Amino acid sequence: MSELLKVPTMAEFMAQGKQPEVLFWVGCAGSFDDRAKKITKAFVKLLNKSNVEFAVLGTEESCTGDPAKRSGNEFLFQMQAVTNIEVLNAYEVKKIVTACPHCFNTIKNEYPELGGKYEVVHHTQFLKSLLDDGRLTIEGGQFKGKRITFHDPCYLGRANNVYEAPRELIQKLEAELVEMKNCRRNGLCCGAGGAQMFKDAEKGDKEVNVERTEQALDVKPEIIAAGCPFCNTMMTDGVKAKEKEADVAVMDIAELIANAQDL
Amino acid sequence: MQYLPNILFAILLIIGIGYFIKNVKKLTRNIKLGRDIDVNDNKSQRWKNMSMIALGQSKMVRRPVAGFLHVVVYVGFIIINIEVLEIIIDGLFGKHRIFSFLGSLYGTLIGAFEVLALLVFASIILFWIRRNIIKLKRFWKSEMTSWPKNDANYILYFEMVLMTLFIVMNATDIHFQEMNSGNVISQFITPWFSGLSSNTLHFIERGAWWLHIIGILVFLNYLYFSKHLHILLAFPNTYYGKLQPKGQLDNLEAVTKEVKMMMDPNIDPFATPEEEESEAPAKFGASDVQDLNWVQLLNAYTCTECGRCTSECPANQTGKKLSPRKIMMDTRDRLEEVGKNIDTNKGEFKDDGKQLLDNYITREELWACTSCNACVEACPVSIDPLSIILEMRRYLVMEQSAAPVELNNMMTNIENNGAPWPYNQMDRLNWKNE
Repeated sequence: MSELLKVPTMAEFMAQGKQPEVLFWVGCAGSFDDRAKKITKAFVKLLNKSNVEFAVLGTEESCTGDPAKRSGNEFLFQMQAVTNIEVLNAYEVKKIVTACPHCFNTIKNEYPELGGKYEVVHHTQFLKSLLDDGRLTIEGGQFKGKRITFHDPCYLGRANNVYEAPRELIQKLEAELVEMKNCRRNGLCCGAGGAQMFKDAEKGDKEVNVERTEQALDVKPEIIAAGCPFCNTMMTDGVKAKEKEADVAVMDIAELIANAQDL
Repeated sequence: MQYLPNILFAILLIIGIGYFIKNVKKLTRNIKLGRDIDVNDNKSQRWKNMSMIALGQSKMVRRPVAGFLHVVVYVGFIIINIEVLEIIIDGLFGKHRIFSFLGSLYGTLIGAFEVLALLVFASIILFWIRRNIIKLKRFWKSEMTSWPKNDANYILYFEMVLMTLFIVMNATDIHFQEMNSGNVISQFITPWFSGLSSNTLHFIERGAWWLHIIGILVFLNYLYFSKHLHILLAFPNTYYGKLQPKGQLDNLEAVTKEVKMMMDPNIDPFATPEEEESEAPAKFGASDVQDLNWVQLLNAYTCTECGRCTSECPANQTGKKLSPRKIMMDTRDRLEEVGKNIDTNKGEFKDDGKQLLDNYITREELWACTSCNACVEACPVSIDPLSIILEMRRYLVMEQSAAPVELNNMMTNIENNGAPWPYNQMDRLNWKNE
């Protein structure tokens, strides 16, 4: 099936003297993490199905610098940022979509001052706009009537006030959207932000992802929907820690929509 | 002799206000120890934020119970203070209840003050119960012992006493009770004093009057030493609060210059440095309060230790040492220490071998933060603890190379192959064919 994926690069577009309508920023997790790669592919399938002319940077893409910046390494962050901005500006990129809220936040908010000004959207916002424009249809399929709860990624929600796009997509699946005790601006972090993904947690009496997973399990969902590859990992680990992996799946919204259509 | 009370009053007033002004100057000087930051942009949005968040209490009421009680006390405090104007005129010129010529309007006003005083009293009692009987978790965290704990209760006792004195003052004012207008609450207190001679009543009334105004002056001067300073600083603090999306962390300008130089192929690395390079900051990030910007220091003085930040913090909720409230309290306490150091050393700071990092805030606390912005979202007065945590991480990483080993590995990976994991950048598109 994967050979059906059309994933053109910016270099290929340029060679043909064309501009894609949007650049898909895949991100490090989306490129290398086995779980996140599935999200990347699901999103590409939706882009292909909707006939979106998109491109990726491929091997010209590099880490946005988010984990370095949040660790305190401003030098490394700005080196990454300036390098990426040079590439993006050379390709005259106008619009960027990404399935990672960390990349989304960094490119959208922290790149402009360094010379990188683009319209940046999260993949749930982009899918919502495809839906509104009639380019994408969403059907419930296997998820019709399922209990789904959405975990707000901090860098999408609180950091950038995007709360509705992912929820509207879930509702289009004709699923039953249930909210956790802490949701939207009160959403509890999965525990991965601020470069915590790459280190062990400090001493405490619990892991943050377990606490958040318990909040999710409290509303008895069949699926925990996520919109961030790191949240996805943390919640998946949390569900495993609670030994609930047989009953509860953790899935990205792009995967839900793609799987519903058996893409 | 008959002017003695007026002279005494004037002296008290001058001392009370004078000492307050002295401390406000000290406060301003301490805040200005911070680095400069340009916050003069977007004035209309800033005014709007101040009127919504501070004046309008919009974020207080997100927690409805505490929010409602707080609005009562806040409104009561502001409105009842109109009465202070009359008290000051009375004290200085001996014109008792000078505004009573307003007639029924005066009655309505004083009546409103009395009702508010009762409501404030009731709210304060509920606040006290929440803190001391119900023992809400956020008031009993490890940073809330000794002074912070007592300070909170002293404020409540102060307000209880002030409201009581206000009502007693009205209840024992024979002339005011005879007017029978505006004594909506105090008329029910008057009978408690029945049987006393009019001289004794007058004595009690004067006593309550004096204690009330002295109490207000003492309370005014207590502010500087207390978390209660928020009643003043909440206004500038919400005005200068962050306007950018919460996820946007500032880009260090000094670093931008260096990075641009490194990336510029036309630059001669062996050229003699230009004059302006001396402007580069002495250090990256913050290890002490002087390295923070003045808005962050204003944040520290504004914090009223309510603990909403800490109760929302994922690290704190899961038993880690990090408490955003403690970050703010430590910053303020260290700043006070630095201020006192400057006072005793004739206007100059003498190195005391201490700093904010390690002596107040530990590395363990700093590394526990997930940068999720829950604390920033929770703060009812636009305090940003995350910005201080980030500034201190910057110091640890860029000045001391003291990041946890795993983070160093992550950063080495980004440097070498453009991803936080050890994968080759040339393999970035491999997923396409897997």
